Amino acid sequence: MSSPAPPKSPELSDKSKKYDRQIRLWGDHGQTLLETATICLVNVTAVGCEVAKGLVLPGIGGFTVADGSTVKEEDLGNNFFLDYSYLGKSKALACKQLLQELNPDANGDYVDESIDYILENRANFFESFDLVIASNLNEQSLLQLSNRLWESNVPFVYCRSLGMLGSIRLQLKEHCIVEAHPDNRQFDLRLEQPFEALRDHLESTEVTNKVPWLLVLYKFLKAWQTEHGAGRQAPGNYKEKTQLREAIGAAMQKDEENYEEAIKAVNTAFGAGLVPSSLKAIFEDDACEQLHKKSDVFWIMAKALKHFVVEENKGYLPLPGVLPDMTANTDSYIALQHIYRQQALHDADQVYHKCQEYLKQLSLPADSIDERTVRLLCREAAGLSVQRGTRIADEYEKNCRLLPLVEDNELQGNLTVYYFALRAYERFLSECGSIPGECTVEQDIGRLKTITSKMLNDLGLHVAISDDVLHEICRYGGAELHAVSAFIGGCAAQEVIKIITKQYKPIDNTFIYNAISTESVTLKL
Amino acid sequence: MSVASPSNPALTLQSKRFNGLRHILEREGLFCKDDFSPSPDNLDFLQTKSKVLIIGAGGLGCELLKDLALMGFGDLHVIDMDTIELSNLNRQFLFRRTDIGSSKAECAARFINNRIPTCRVTPHFAKIQDFDESFYQQFHIIVCGLDSIVARRWINGMLLSMLRYDDDNSLDVSSIIPMIDGGTEGFKGNARVILPGFTACIECTLDLFPPQVNYPLCTIANTPRLPEHCIEYVKIIQWDKESPFSAPLDGDDPQHIGWIYERALERANQFNISGVTYRLVQGVIKHIIPAVASTNAVIAAACALEVFKLATSCYDSMSNYFNFNDLDGIYSYTYEAEKSDGCLACSNTPQLLNIEDPNTTTLEDIIKQLCKLPRFQLKSPALTTVMADGKQRTLYMANVKSIEEATRKNLTQSLGELGLQDGQQLTITDATSPTSITLQLKYQANEVEML
Repeated sequence: MSSPAPPKSPELSDKSKKYDRQIRLWGDHGQTLLETATICLVNVTAVGCEVAKGLVLPGIGGFTVADGSTVKEEDLGNNFFLDYSYLGKSKALACKQLLQELNPDANGDYVDESIDYILENRANFFESFDLVIASNLNEQSLLQLSNRLWESNVPFVYCRSLGMLGSIRLQLKEHCIVEAHPDNRQFDLRLEQPFEALRDHLESTEVTNKVPWLLVLYKFLKAWQTEHGAGRQAPGNYKEKTQLREAIGAAMQKDEENYEEAIKAVNTAFGAGLVPSSLKAIFEDDACEQLHKKSDVFWIMAKALKHFVVEENKGYLPLPGVLPDMTANTDSYIALQHIYRQQALHDADQVYHKCQEYLKQLSLPADSIDERTVRLLCREAAGLSVQRGTRIADEYEKNCRLLPLVEDNELQGNLTVYYFALRAYERFLSECGSIPGECTVEQDIGRLKTITSKMLNDLGLHVAISDDVLHEICRYGGAELHAVSAFIGGCAAQEVIKIITKQYKPIDNTFIYNAISTESVTLKL
Repeated sequence: MSVASPSNPALTLQSKRFNGLRHILEREGLFCKDDFSPSPDNLDFLQTKSKVLIIGAGGLGCELLKDLALMGFGDLHVIDMDTIELSNLNRQFLFRRTDIGSSKAECAARFINNRIPTCRVTPHFAKIQDFDESFYQQFHIIVCGLDSIVARRWINGMLLSMLRYDDDNSLDVSSIIPMIDGGTEGFKGNARVILPGFTACIECTLDLFPPQVNYPLCTIANTPRLPEHCIEYVKIIQWDKESPFSAPLDGDDPQHIGWIYERALERANQFNISGVTYRLVQGVIKHIIPAVASTNAVIAAACALEVFKLATSCYDSMSNYFNFNDLDGIYSYTYEAEKSDGCLACSNTPQLLNIEDPNTTTLEDIIKQLCKLPRFQLKSPALTTVMADGKQRTLYMANVKSIEEATRKNLTQSLGELGLQDGQQLTITDATSPTSITLQLKYQANEVEML
């Protein structure tokens, strides 16, 4: 037996091997998006560096570190990406060098200027980045930076890590997701309303113990439909499903696996293929209705999808064409699979042609949208999602969207209090120019209390924050604990990857973590 | 260029690098654990007295070493039997391309020792099974960053075997070595705190591990439908038949994977099955679990925080099982997994094995149960017992060829034919535990007769 050389497929490339464990999750197309993205890290803190680490390792295209300070001894205790050899030198440089060592594929750069200097002197500095990450800003700088990024439409991730507390805030205008990767995907089988090729196949195939359960279920569904009449397509409630299961069970001879599987499938086999409310909202969105030359291709495809669903497919989505495995002989399973796949290709083709028509109307190049992308969109149609973010600065205005967080003079939810406490901490930094509790706890508690109640009052929130929480904030004295930063950094890095790859759903929009109680929550602010 | 690290521990403790930790450990806090006493002694304990073992220097292990070293721990040990591969580099951040082929434990220890002068890491390029009780005894806390369930169960069994019970069967708490266990798969992960003998152990919650996917042999052989079926066919049937490299299948050998890929592709084409790719072949053959840097960072951090809480008493420990998932937003949930009274490993009483009818139940039936039932999930159990006449008898043992041959005939015999009585104890050894497990036979039929 001669030993053949391994096939020369792209899967064997060096990069493909190095990133294998993650490409299995977000695919080569996700990896490509990651490798062409560049990000900026503002302020070298432990949490900032941990976010950057979580992006440099999987191969982000480029990263720029911005920080105007120098490395001091107290910085070494919690930050893995600074060391003794850089004492007294630029923090941005040190951090860039040590991050760069993680992965030569990522292009590192640094700017040894403070955020305030950059905001003041370099108007367009942030516009070239796909995303900006910052941490440990005082309130004033946070508001300036977040406003600048909102105006430039650059997604912004703001991380906090203080003592045992942490938070992540995403600020982005619009984020369109095709591949949400839902945990429990429902198979879309169309048994209630089979398309022509499927109906022909189902009606002309004899149901034996060798065929996939789908054919068994169809046979009994037909009988059920006849029995129930009045246009009923499928059993809707538990009682009706039980009837259908019993009908299949009654006809089952001993040990017919496909009958058993058909009985199990009664619960999940029906009801897919219709437009879910999230997709309906996308169809009705102005961005979908009013295409223009600068429309994101997502919206052009969404409009084409809508046209297909409404005008050409009687309200049904394009067929995803994905079948679960079913016990059966090979030929009958493969034949069925072929029918689903062909129909999926056919549906996607219709949508693709509509996309091309729109591109032409908008005088955009035909290659703006390719067939593969449309096929993917069609397969994932039921899970398409659009997130519209909000400005961070809005949270700082009176009668803002924070009002629902308070009910009957009480903060709603266990962790909401920490959101306000962390904000009070940042206002303290801005107003006092020092860190609460850095030197003495008792003295600063009073000041922090005053700042907090004024802040809540300014926001029009009739609520108080417990002294215990403010005491805890002062007790930290600005301490950033590495493990808390690593937790927040890991979470934030994944949110960045979601935004860049346009896969999986990011948080909307504020995540809060309490390491004392090991609890977390997401608030929509 | 680099400044030498201060070698005097007293000086180290004064170092400004610890400013942040000292606030946490030397100040009163209203959320702190009741018996927490703020003092410089806390940091001194972390730096000079505490000793923590990290099992695994992979995705979680690298993170754990960094996290614990930067949380003030001064004496860490790490065990890992593996060497570094290219596909580790997307997350195991203490390793570089030039390290490929070197010991993970040694390489990771060297890196931490260089970067963080206040921490000393001792590496062990070995298997956990290479060490006995006297080794594990030296640690205050053990943290696991493992991808193997068997290894987790083994160390769990080791820590349980080290527990001491007083005469009245109450647990001597000073014999408890806490175990913090982390696990990840893709975007999901969990972290748990186990106080052996006191809170739920790994065996108490065995059913939480996802069942392994096994395709029926007849599907693989006769009615393949998925690309995975074709790959399994080549692996299970064709490889042995054709013995292409006159060697056992090695998932790390690209020639072996290449051969399987081509044969699987041939078979798939023959059945009109699409979707056999090189990556899928690798995944199926090596049981590859997807892994990303971010989930490892989160889970290791959650574990490190629990080690820190336990070692310093600054905050109450998490109780006791933390679940994490960031597929859709970020979701976490902490709950108290319950200790099982019927736990084979930590209940400290022999567990019953119910037998409906000893005259129809064969030894093989029992072995199958021990492997399949969610509460046992053994790998290849060896069974011995003491017969009524006081003689030790080996009923079955698969791992030693001569004994296997001598005991194989017992498999098809019923318990009655083997002379096993109601109430008789079976002693079971398996790869999942460093010590033997005792099961007591309980015959249902007998009970009925007695009524």
